[in-house]
Amino acid sequence: MAIGVKVMKRPEREVSYVRATLKGMALTFKHMFQPRVTMQYPEQKSTDEWRISPRWRGTHRMLTDEQGRSKCVACGLCPQVCPANCIKLVPGEDEEGNRYPLIYEIDEFRCVFCGYCQEVCPEEAIHVGVHYENAEYTRGRFVYDLERLSSQTHAVSTLWDPADPKGE
Amino acid sequence: MTPEMKGFLLLTVIKLIVVFTVIMTGVALLTLMERKVSAWMQNRMGPNRVGIAGLLQPAADGLKNILKEETYPAEANRVLFLLAPALSFIPALLLAAVIPLAAPLPVDFAFTLGPLGAFAYHGLMPVQVADLPIGFLFVLAISSMGVYGIALAGWSSNSKYSLLGGLRASAQLISYEVAMGLSLIPVLLLSGNVSFSVIIAEQQRGPWYVLPLFLSFFVFLVSGFAETNRLPFDLPEAESELIAGYHTEYSAMKFSMFFIAEYANVVTVCMMVATLFFGGWDIPFIHWDESGGVLPTIVTGLIFFLKVFFWIFFVMWIRWTLPRFRYDQLMSLGWKVLLPMALAYVMVIGLATYLIGDVAHIASPVTRGLILFALNLVLGCGVFLVLDRGNVVSGSERRRVPGRRAAPLRVGG
Repeated sequence: MAIGVKVMKRPEREVSYVRATLKGMALTFKHMFQPRVTMQYPEQKSTDEWRISPRWRGTHRMLTDEQGRSKCVACGLCPQVCPANCIKLVPGEDEEGNRYPLIYEIDEFRCVFCGYCQEVCPEEAIHVGVHYENAEYTRGRFVYDLERLSSQTHAVSTLWDPADPKGE
Repeated sequence: MTPEMKGFLLLTVIKLIVVFTVIMTGVALLTLMERKVSAWMQNRMGPNRVGIAGLLQPAADGLKNILKEETYPAEANRVLFLLAPALSFIPALLLAAVIPLAAPLPVDFAFTLGPLGAFAYHGLMPVQVADLPIGFLFVLAISSMGVYGIALAGWSSNSKYSLLGGLRASAQLISYEVAMGLSLIPVLLLSGNVSFSVIIAEQQRGPWYVLPLFLSFFVFLVSGFAETNRLPFDLPEAESELIAGYHTEYSAMKFSMFFIAEYANVVTVCMMVATLFFGGWDIPFIHWDESGGVLPTIVTGLIFFLKVFFWIFFVMWIRWTLPRFRYDQLMSLGWKVLLPMALAYVMVIGLATYLIGDVAHIASPVTRGLILFALNLVLGCGVFLVLDRGNVVSGSERRRVPGRRAAPLRVGG
């Protein structure tokens, strides 16, 4: 059986291929003189039309207190909530009974950047950051340790606020 | 060898080197131009990182292609696989040899060069590698040789996409070759010669052939697009259907050769259009360019360059405007529209030149050209206003059984 070919009803008497071609050519020619929309990326990272969202969830940042110590109290909530299981935390305790992380590592390759760690943190220590330039030469460099997380300087992400859903 | 022969040989070698260099550099710059033009038509900037305004981009691309790995498909026919890029590359470059690039240059020298003996050349030197008496017949013959490279590339790759691309290319090139050849017969009727230099000389005496032979020009242009596999006829490498068509399996410099061949073909077709229908290196309305001399040669060369440049831009313009044809539309356009149109046009022009020349005894090429131009206005209106209404290039191929309506769509059949 032959394949049924559906023939669309087109206004064939009204169409002219040559004129449609000329019309299209006029359009493309007009576009040659319109302003360019390209953003020259490495030099220019944001324009008036486009800038990175303050809610962007990028690579993490650990905040520190005035003495330069990390704010983390090693409560263990972030490795617990992490859906990708990318946070490695070994808690320690000093003589005064203050808990602090002995080891705090985030594998940025495993991370799905959901931002739950920031949301769950009671001390507002771990944050996801507004940052996207993360190139490295080796895979190992993508496991960020505590020192690296603390030395990051980029802005931290603003979490979604249910009271202000559009961020206004 | 006489000193004259040696002088001729020397000049030919110089011209060969110059033309080859110009074509290769031109092709390299065309890849940049294509990217720039496409970017501008899409409100982008195009490559602008390598060199000033991206001018060194072709060099970077070339270097990349030389350094890349050459891959061979395991089941490929190794010999033909290696031969195919060369087979499409060589005819593309050969074609540029016969097209006159500027007004003839008066050359007069005689000198002795050590053991090589005396060199001498006196008279006008045509600015083309070979002023062949067979002119555009050579171009038609050699350009159809290019299909060997493409078909062999498709077959020897031993890949379904390549094979389909190669088959499509051969079918398309052969189909449009016919219309292209027929569209050049009116040129032959008017000029009385196939040689490019005679055709240009005839156009200097009368109007450019685009006026008296507009439909020929149109058919030639459309089949030229098809011959060079450019959009809207780039079915052989339709990337949405065939990955990259006949050069799917090619990498590095061998792929580059196909690329260069395609652009060299574009240059040749544009040169042909400029030469056959737009007076070649002729500057209209003045006769200073025919006086012979160094300055007229340079100026006419620039004029020819401008004409070719415009047509190359036109080719790119069309590419970034029109979408690709469906394969049956391509074939029906070639066989059912362009071929009958070219044939009928040959008859019309033949009859008209007979009536003008032998019955009305009008010898002036200007008057003849204007009469034919008037005829073309009428024919052009007929073709573009009346016939081009879903009759000529139909959106859908309608197959009707006589006495019955088109078969309805069978759902779930």
